[in-house]
Amino acid sequence: MESHEPETVVEVVGLSRSFGRKEALRDVTLRVARGQVFGLVGENGAGKTTLIHHVLGAYKAKTGSVRVFGIDPVYDPTAVLAKIGYLSEDRDLPGWMRVGELMRYTQAFYPKWDEAYAERLREEFELPVDSRIRTLSRGEKAKAGLLVALAHRPELLLLDEPSSGLDAIARQDILAAVVRTVAEEGRTVVFSSHLLDEVERVADHVAMIHEGRVTLDASMDTIKNTHRKYVVRWPEPRVEIPELPGVIRAVGDGREWGLVCEGDEQAFAEAVRKSGGEIVESSVPTLEAVFVARASA
Amino acid sequence: MLQISISQSDGTPIYFQLLRQIKHLIAMGRLQPGDELPPVRVLAQQLVINPNTVVRAYRELEAAGLIYMRRGAGTYVSDGAVPYSDTECKRILSERVDALIVESRNLGYSMDQVADLLRERDNALGIEQRNQEEGTPDGKS
Repeated sequence: MESHEPETVVEVVGLSRSFGRKEALRDVTLRVARGQVFGLVGENGAGKTTLIHHVLGAYKAKTGSVRVFGIDPVYDPTAVLAKIGYLSEDRDLPGWMRVGELMRYTQAFYPKWDEAYAERLREEFELPVDSRIRTLSRGEKAKAGLLVALAHRPELLLLDEPSSGLDAIARQDILAAVVRTVAEEGRTVVFSSHLLDEVERVADHVAMIHEGRVTLDASMDTIKNTHRKYVVRWPEPRVEIPELPGVIRAVGDGREWGLVCEGDEQAFAEAVRKSGGEIVESSVPTLEAVFVARASA
Repeated sequence: MLQISISQSDGTPIYFQLLRQIKHLIAMGRLQPGDELPPVRVLAQQLVINPNTVVRAYRELEAAGLIYMRRGAGTYVSDGAVPYSDTECKRILSERVDALIVESRNLGYSMDQVADLLRERDNALGIEQRNQEEGTPDGKS
């Protein structure tokens, strides 16, 4: 390839969506580049699933536009869906089917289905061929869903809350499978989660959605480099903190306050000193701390 | 298997945690010159982290001359890899020594007693290590 410009796999521009009076998405603009692991974070009901449904072409964009591989998923769903592996939040798999039947059934929809790979995943996930889907545990259902999402080697893997409601071990298995998918060249993963620690582990780009709006859209590196968590102490108890640059959220009462901030560290330190305060602790916040600060700011 | 763990409660970027721990393993001699590091995707899967994060840590270790990559043939610890400069070594040790001195004072030990104890423990550890090396010839499992 000539250009080093990352190729865009998903492009959402100015997307808004309401259900009745409830505004589910407001002016959402996002770009997912090829090879990225894109984490979509936000509370339940923040709009993540609505956004994913637009990417799948299940919803038509009324305001704004959605392009997947440069194509509008509503006008050419076959072209788009053939390249997507999708795991829905409620894993809507037919309960009466056996694992083996589910595999053969799904295979029929995908010309690129890789039978050997599907079988390898089934063994790895320890899914018995003859078990009916409805008898599987939650973790096994998630794995069965992931298997059929992965086995046609999609260019884009779209996972809606892949580990929601799962125990730690099943979660680890699912994430490891995602990591392996990424390690294979050129695959792109978009996954939504309200579990910030797992997003922090595997995502290299994060978009935070809060009440239908994108409140932060940046690489994990940028988030880590631009945010800091401080504990600041003032000689006298205070009811609120003085004006300081870059504060996203301040929590405390009395002399010590915990702050999550964005921006220049030196300017912040200088302003704290001028206010008569002292920085007693300074560290890089977890993604969770950044998210909580932004969501409640 | 590399004994590395990624802490979730710590906000430190994961690539940096990785970098620090591999440096530490080299400094401790648990990774020796010529030892092979796990391939990117293996380590990424083991730790359940983004493979790009592993790539980044390896690149920085390579830039620091601690490891080298042979195209398609793996990643190895460099000969004479010195992960910490003299001043850095001294700083790390000073921290530990300071803690030791404070604890010794609290327990009423004199500096001579501490020095004797250091020599005594050094001897004891030396014997243990030799025994271990004889026990498992390659020093690894």
